[in-house]
Amino acid sequence: MVIILLVFVLLANLADLQILNFSYYSTKSNNNRIEIIPIPPSRGMIYDRNGTPLAINNITYQLNIVPDKTKNLNEQFEQLKKIVDLTDEDIENFQKERRNYRAHRPVPLKENLTDKQIARFIVDQHRFPFVSIVKIQHRYYPYGSSLTHILGYISKINSQDKQRLEEQNKASNYVATFNIGKMGIERYYEDVLHGTAGNEKVEVNSRGRIVRLLEQHPPQAGEDIYLSINLKLQLYIESLLAGRKASVVAIDPNNGEVLAMVSTPSYDSNDFVGGISSKKYKELLNDPSKPLFNRALLGAYPPASTVKPFISIAALSEGVVSPKSVINDPGWWQLPGTERRYRDWLKWGHGRVDVLRAIEESVDTYFYQVAYDMGIDRLNLWMKKFGYGERTGIDISPNEESRAVMPSREWKMKRHKKSWLQGDTIPVGIGQGYWTATPMQMVKALSIMINNGKTFTPHFLLYKKSDIINTNQNQPKIEPSKYVENNSLININPAYWALAKEGMHRVMFGSHGTARKVYADAKYQAAGKSGTAQVYGLKENETYNANHIPEHLRDHALFIAYAPYDKPKIALAIVLENGGGGSSNGGAVARKILDYYLEGDNSAELKDDSPNIGHED
Amino acid sequence: MSNIKRSFWQKIHIDPLFCLFITLLLGYSLYILWSASGQSIDMMQKRVIQIVLGFFAMIVFAQFSPRTYEKWAPYLYVVCIIILLLVDIFGYTSKGAQRWLDLGVIRFQPSEIAKIAVPLMVAKFIHRDGCPPPLKTTVQTLAIIGVPSLLVAMQPDLGTAILIIMSGIFIIFLAGINWRFILFALILIAIFLPIMWFYLMHDYQRERVLTLFNPERDPNGTGYHILQSKTAIGSGGIWGKGWLQGTQSQLEFLPERHTDFIFSVIAEEFGFIGSIILLVLFLCLIIRGLIIASQAQTTFGRILSGGLILVFFVYVFINIGMVSGILPVVGVPLPLISYGGSSLVVLMASFGIMMSIHTHRYMLSKNI
Repeated sequence: MVIILLVFVLLANLADLQILNFSYYSTKSNNNRIEIIPIPPSRGMIYDRNGTPLAINNITYQLNIVPDKTKNLNEQFEQLKKIVDLTDEDIENFQKERRNYRAHRPVPLKENLTDKQIARFIVDQHRFPFVSIVKIQHRYYPYGSSLTHILGYISKINSQDKQRLEEQNKASNYVATFNIGKMGIERYYEDVLHGTAGNEKVEVNSRGRIVRLLEQHPPQAGEDIYLSINLKLQLYIESLLAGRKASVVAIDPNNGEVLAMVSTPSYDSNDFVGGISSKKYKELLNDPSKPLFNRALLGAYPPASTVKPFISIAALSEGVVSPKSVINDPGWWQLPGTERRYRDWLKWGHGRVDVLRAIEESVDTYFYQVAYDMGIDRLNLWMKKFGYGERTGIDISPNEESRAVMPSREWKMKRHKKSWLQGDTIPVGIGQGYWTATPMQMVKALSIMINNGKTFTPHFLLYKKSDIINTNQNQPKIEPSKYVENNSLININPAYWALAKEGMHRVMFGSHGTARKVYADAKYQAAGKSGTAQVYGLKENETYNANHIPEHLRDHALFIAYAPYDKPKIALAIVLENGGGGSSNGGAVARKILDYYLEGDNSAELKDDSPNIGHED
Repeated sequence: MSNIKRSFWQKIHIDPLFCLFITLLLGYSLYILWSASGQSIDMMQKRVIQIVLGFFAMIVFAQFSPRTYEKWAPYLYVVCIIILLLVDIFGYTSKGAQRWLDLGVIRFQPSEIAKIAVPLMVAKFIHRDGCPPPLKTTVQTLAIIGVPSLLVAMQPDLGTAILIIMSGIFIIFLAGINWRFILFALILIAIFLPIMWFYLMHDYQRERVLTLFNPERDPNGTGYHILQSKTAIGSGGIWGKGWLQGTQSQLEFLPERHTDFIFSVIAEEFGFIGSIILLVLFLCLIIRGLIIASQAQTTFGRILSGGLILVFFVYVFINIGMVSGILPVVGVPLPLISYGGSSLVVLMASFGIMMSIHTHRYMLSKNI
């Protein structure tokens, strides 16, 4: 009796387990044996406009460990120290990293294993059941510091990135990904470059060893992208600026494609891939020449006299001046009703000046009068149409681009808690005072002028790989129209544009042009405008904080230029910090760049290239 | 039941029905071992040798008359105590417990011998003084049981110790005992339990008991065995995952799958149905064993075979109970099914003794 009763106890318990709770235990058993291993996609490569690779993936080997399955973690570390030269710093990093990983997941322990380390580990592999070597793709930038301010870099996904991915519902796509675009193109085109993660459903035994593959979903590689950058031009410009604190932006005015964007000094983005050492980072951070600072997009400089052609357009359109109206320049201009005099750069004055001459000879007093007549409200309105005080909209994260300052009454009240004075308006007429602009803004404004008001957003992306595949002729589909902005400047009298451009042409080729000496023997026609900014130091923007102003008090040399004059192919903005006179120093750099681009060995390649990218106007 | 003709089975002193159930269970054990061993030919060969040795032991033990056993019981008991002492001093340690005696050729577990020696000795002792035994005899009997049990518990092998105690107690119980004494024994156990908990049990044994009540306490540590075993059994469902298809057992999530936890392999691969078939086979064997006991003509034979078959049932109950999570994991193999030589040979020997009691009835009656 007792026996039968006890047998029923056993049976009841078995029935409870096997019938009533079957699905619970079935799931549990599957969780035991089935593991889903995410596979990261390979990141899209980045090329320049001629197909030269700028960002590629090298293969490196990484040592991973599953810490929660490993007994005697410290003992294993001691043994690994001998085999793969594991350092205390590696262990420290591992302990930090570890928290970011889910249970039973391999955590990286040491990166960039050498062939010798790998060989030694493989011999002793049986001693480390939960340690493995995995092949990982390592981002490499072959041109190092030359393109850092454009490409940016990828680096380890940190907790902020994680949170953002979580919010954007992208976290599941990143479970196997180590790095994410942090700056520049790598950051802006992260979604294009990253690709879609795949996974493998595998059966594992109790020791975590994979017994067989159940299902496989291969990852989808990220897309390759082609930038409008002309690498040769970029490197050439960089060589011109070597040793200077300077920035040059060159764009194709026909479509807004950025041909080169240089900010010197720079730093090697490869150092940031996989994490930079804090010592190295501190060095960069404390370098007085600010290599981390992207001057092309964040550097806010007084645009100085380079703004005179744009102010002329505004003044002509507003009827403040006419093409024929003339002022007398005695070398100074007095603010009406006050004793305050504003000096011209030419002590003895330019005499009788019309708008054309005012641009050619960069007559300050003419523009003092114009600024006085226009008033800050109209100046602000017009200059915003040329993009001053606004982000250019380039395909770089807005965090990495400054608006700089196009001052207004509201701005001053907000920023300085003081009301606008008439005296504040006058220096705005010559691009100084509170006015600052980035090189990218300057070149965008210039391209608006070249195109008679038609506005292209400057951009780096030429096309994605899918743009080639999706068209028949094996040629990328490029839609410059995508980058056209609405701008009321398009309705301006074309004669005014012609006048301003003629003024800029004379800057270089006129009998009194400020840059005529530099362009005396040029084989092509060009137009430009110099600027010499009194040093306020580097005007800092809100996002990048370096507290001190450079000690040097030499002026910044500025220059904007385009060529050829009748059918422009390239537009430039140049800022040489503490570079002295804009017309001589800035103009000389502009001359070299234009020569190189239009006449150098580079031009042959350009001709081959032009049908390929199709920017006929 | 015709006993006039002396059949072939009677000549070799084997009960055919009893033997049939044993054979069926051993067949089942071979079938599941192929899966539980991870398809190890080596283990299958060893298992076949174990079974052959087992049958040999059964047949040999069936040949001696019950009287011989009664006569030799004290000697066997003394030898057993001596060997147990030797083990405690020289034994070979495996999994934190000294259970094995290495004889060069084979290693065996002497505690297994106690499983036969103790009930034999107890049966003889009680039988001498007549049934039901007086109180004095009962206390002496408890001492007879206690000495080897303590020696085994010191190895420490709590599971076997409990089984040895059970084997002795069952015999006292079958001999007839008054209820006051049972009550007294229960009180004694209640006092003894805390002493055992704090002084006699090893840490790993205490852990086992603790995790019984809450296996989730430490899913990667001590509770792991119970959880994985319950998962294996539960995920088998009604029909099971199929032979060699049990993921818990084949991928080695199940601990000691070919020994103590072999029932979980059966339950996972053959499901509820397979488990019922196994239990029915066990039940048939036990019922046949009880019939044998009830037909025994001497008190010695009756209490001995009854005791042996009841202990067999306790084996089954404790093992299945522990792997399915209603009893603590005490390390008791599933008789006839689990891989392991010593326990099988001893078990078969005890079956041999039961058959001897059954088939020597008439000779005994002739002699008396």
